[in-house]
Amino acid sequence: MKDMQKPERSKSLFRFAAPQMFYPLAGRIAPWFAGIAAILAAVGLWLGFFVAPTDAIQGDVYRVIYIHVAAAWMSMFVYMIMAFWSFVGLVMNTRLSFIMSQALAPTGAMFCFVALWTGALWGKPTWGAYWVWDARLTSQLLLLFLYLGFMALTRAIEDPRRADKAGAIIALVGAVNVPIIYFSVKWWNTLHQGASVSLDKAPSMATTMLTGMLVMALAAWAYTIAVALWRVRSLILERERHTEWVAAELNALEGKI
Amino acid sequence: MSRALGPFAAVLGRDLLLAWRGRADVLVTLAFFVVVVCLFPFGVGAEPNQLRAIAPGVLWVAALLSTLLSLHRLFAQDHADGTLEQLLLTPEPTVLWVVAKICAHWIATGLPLVIVAPGLALLFDVEQGALGVLVLSLALGTPILALLGAVGAALTLGLRGGGMLLALLVLPLFVPVLIFGAGAVDAYLSGSGAQAHLLLLGGGLLGSLALAPLACAAALRIAVE
Repeated sequence: MKDMQKPERSKSLFRFAAPQMFYPLAGRIAPWFAGIAAILAAVGLWLGFFVAPTDAIQGDVYRVIYIHVAAAWMSMFVYMIMAFWSFVGLVMNTRLSFIMSQALAPTGAMFCFVALWTGALWGKPTWGAYWVWDARLTSQLLLLFLYLGFMALTRAIEDPRRADKAGAIIALVGAVNVPIIYFSVKWWNTLHQGASVSLDKAPSMATTMLTGMLVMALAAWAYTIAVALWRVRSLILERERHTEWVAAELNALEGKI
Repeated sequence: MSRALGPFAAVLGRDLLLAWRGRADVLVTLAFFVVVVCLFPFGVGAEPNQLRAIAPGVLWVAALLSTLLSLHRLFAQDHADGTLEQLLLTPEPTVLWVVAKICAHWIATGLPLVIVAPGLALLFDVEQGALGVLVLSLALGTPILALLGAVGAALTLGLRGGGMLLALLVLPLFVPVLIFGAGAVDAYLSGSGAQAHLLLLGGGLLGSLALAPLACAAALRIAVE
């Protein structure tokens, strides 16, 4: 933050590791991904709600799958990406990597919550209960707690450098623990409950159903990228508010309004 | 060998001495454990079969909570009086004395729980043969809690509302230990044998002994920086 001299214009992609360079790039890319997300979500939901056939056993209730599965996948991917950027940040000591992992966390937590919420709504008519202590549900819940812990820790530390590194460490510790938690919960579950809810046997799926799900998953990807980039932009402005380029940027914005 | 053990033994001895001088704190942790365990029959009713069924889980959850309550003391005092910075400035490897501190902490707060637990188990009418498994599972599991918790304690060092934050950070990580710890006793009682659970706990102990001090040392450096 202290060195104010202009970064040299290198041709390498690494120049975008400087927040000052990344800020305009993110601003240019994000609307595209937001547009892609909107189109894909519209297509996916149309496929899911109008084109895909009604399930023989579950009826129309199963259609929550188009939101549920995409959210559940995304919540796990986002944690992995978060841990990846945390690792990169700790190794290369790049501020932008930490900012990236912190920008991803709220979206990941949101998807985690959406997956749990839609799962509960799906569970009531099909299993007769909003919640069962199934391995997947339980590990998803614990994943939500890991997200909340990460966000709470990075918010609680005032010094951004310490917040960055502390958050990165807890993200990595969490990433190491996620598979352990998953398998322990799975084993605990099989020990405690007999054959209760079998999610493993996927019924043969119609092609339109699968397409709808995949389109929704891609929409979730595009949404995450767009939102994370916008959040990165806000975080960069907040962190670099003492620098000249942010002052110039804000002045330009004010001029537009 | 002795060169490596020197600082280890010094820090271990110092922390144990401090724990002994402030033994009221240690006893409070133990009393908390006993009180929490004794609260459960009031909540769920004193029906012997039910108590027998929940005993391993209750003892383990109580052990987990009392570990959590004592965790903030692990580095807080040394952080406040500057000892931590001095230790970080020494040429000795950080991991070495971090392990020594965690060891001392476990001996002061974890070991008493392990010793008291079978007595409390009798209040829940647990079969006597299972007491050995309970003690063994706690002896293997509580050091894991201390090791994982030390990472959280180092990360939340000196923060406002650190205690609550610490709970949020480490409790999800404690879940596998809870599952295998309480599961060991359940498995013994159901006749399938506790060996698998105890082996997994032992593996978890070795794994966390190898990795957690590294993360803890890094977290301490960040906290003091």
